[in-house]
Amino acid sequence: MSNHNELPTLAVWKFASCDGCQLSLLDCEDELLTLAGVVRISHFTEMSRATTAGPYDVSLVEGSITTPADVHRIQEVREASRRLITIGACATAGGIQGLRNFAASGAYAATVYAHPEYIASLDTSTPISAHVDVDFELHGCPIDRHQLLEVITASLSGRRPVIPGHSVCQECKARGTVCLLVSQKTACLGPVTRTGCGALCPAVGRGCFGCFGPADTANTSSLAATLRHQGTPAIELSHLFRTFNACAPAFLEESVSQGGPVPVTRGRPPTPTSGEEGR
Amino acid sequence: METADARLIDAQGLDAVIAVLGELGYDTRGPVVRDGAVMPGTVTGVVDLPVGYHDEQAPGHYQLEYRGDNTVFAWAVGPGSWKAELFPPTQELWRATRDGGDLTFSEPDADYRPLALIGARPCELAALDVLDRVLRDGGTPDPHYRARRDGAFIVVAECGVPAATCFCTSMGTGPGADVGFDLALTELDDGAGHRFVVRVGSERGAEVLAGVSSLPASPANLEGRRQVLAAAADATTRQLSVDGLGALLARNLDHPRWDEAAQRCLACGNCTLVCPTCFCSDVRDTTTLTGEIRRQRSWASCFDLDHSYLHGGPVRATTSSRYRQWLTHKLSTWWDQFGTSGCVGCGRCIAWCPVGIDLTEEAAAIRSTDGAVRPGAAPGRVSS
Repeated sequence: MSNHNELPTLAVWKFASCDGCQLSLLDCEDELLTLAGVVRISHFTEMSRATTAGPYDVSLVEGSITTPADVHRIQEVREASRRLITIGACATAGGIQGLRNFAASGAYAATVYAHPEYIASLDTSTPISAHVDVDFELHGCPIDRHQLLEVITASLSGRRPVIPGHSVCQECKARGTVCLLVSQKTACLGPVTRTGCGALCPAVGRGCFGCFGPADTANTSSLAATLRHQGTPAIELSHLFRTFNACAPAFLEESVSQGGPVPVTRGRPPTPTSGEEGR
Repeated sequence: METADARLIDAQGLDAVIAVLGELGYDTRGPVVRDGAVMPGTVTGVVDLPVGYHDEQAPGHYQLEYRGDNTVFAWAVGPGSWKAELFPPTQELWRATRDGGDLTFSEPDADYRPLALIGARPCELAALDVLDRVLRDGGTPDPHYRARRDGAFIVVAECGVPAATCFCTSMGTGPGADVGFDLALTELDDGAGHRFVVRVGSERGAEVLAGVSSLPASPANLEGRRQVLAAAADATTRQLSVDGLGALLARNLDHPRWDEAAQRCLACGNCTLVCPTCFCSDVRDTTTLTGEIRRQRSWASCFDLDHSYLHGGPVRATTSSRYRQWLTHKLSTWWDQFGTSGCVGCGRCIAWCPVGIDLTEEAAAIRSTDGAVRPGAAPGRVSS
């Protein structure tokens, strides 16, 4: 084993998110000690408050950009990272909090907080890639820990991660799950959703919720036409496409086509401005 | 196969056939009802088979209905095919470990418990023949496929009740079976009772049947079989006109129909994965945190962008080009490669396409407008 101080460094960063994707790293119970033996975990505040300064060989970034402060902080993370990998639906597509992109500025804050004037947040939730260059995007809500290990391992050995971009359907077929869409007429987003979860929901009789976002080629309009023909109302279809990956372009466009509200700003990243730091 | 030596068994006799195969050490697999469909599963007796079940199939539609009668094989194929038994979705090819500067390789044994495939339909038998040409009898045989395939004992169940998606009569693969089985069953359920005509296709088939109480099949039984198959052929209404089909598709690579199909096509890959002959796979090497290297093969689909990825990007970037690749391979260039059609007429790709794209309809549409060219296509392009 190499001297610990010579190992590649790994950092984990949190932006607007629920922490579930970071937790996937700690969920790697069988592999965690092995991982800790091949990388130096230099910054992972969910695991330890002990941190060391960058630069970092690999940064995992969870969460979306929702505050003026984070607009700046992600630039700092980028500058400190040789390889920046975004993990989860928030970081790759804006997450469930991307629903704010469809509401008038401040509407949610005014509903929730007694004094919304103390809230310093942006009108939009945007993916990390809207702000800085990203080396690899790992999708999912939450991400799959086996895929996470694969991405980390590939990064350490300098190879391309084996992360497919095809539909959930292929995973259903590989595990022998009978198609719910065809046999039960269940509304299922599997044909347009990226695989990675192991096709969990169809295996227990639930249609795919689209947690991993659009597949490489997602013909959402054709699937929507079939689901409508099978009896799913347009408004339900709009909701179906508008969950954790509501602002992923293919899902966003389809939810609008099915009558959902259009984004107030069409998801444009805000221009970083000075003097708005929230901390 | 000659019918002169055909025998007759009842449901208890079929039970006994399955029991004998189990006693001989076979992993007895057959159709079972699971999650609302007929799927491959473990069968230890007739009770495990889809007794009393009937199916309704159409483009993008499959519905199983339990009527409670005593028929065992009165349904057409479900989404699972025997491909998964012989060519599983994932297969480790080798792994290597590092010891200092040395690599030590190890391969998994191709030593499998022999399979008995009970109740395979004639179109599935034809599909195995297609797969054999690709995975066993070609220049680079797959040792895992070969081991599983050569050991497999096959009890075919001839078809009496085709689905609306079936078109085996167009492809010459059903509803009866002539070769390629160890035992062939034809279910008779008429005024004289519920029995199976059994024909023997191999020596080991004869040995298994010898261990079971059976009667010689009478001329009336054989006439009953003939009528079942004739009625099944009559009931197979979907058709694919195969006359000159390969050349037709090859000269219509710029037909506008490809783009029209792509408007509906989800590129989800379902058609290729339910297809009993689609054999495309992906071989990927991965490393572990401890430095072990693994090479694994997994099912792949020509509908994936990654499937045609070369340096710089995918060769077939549009869904139109990928749908065309699938259909022309299946019905046209498969002949050039393997000397057969890649399609056996089972109809799975029709029923299990979530949006109900029907390859027989697509081929017919191109035939009816032979020579049409989409706007903007390069002039004078012909089959390569």
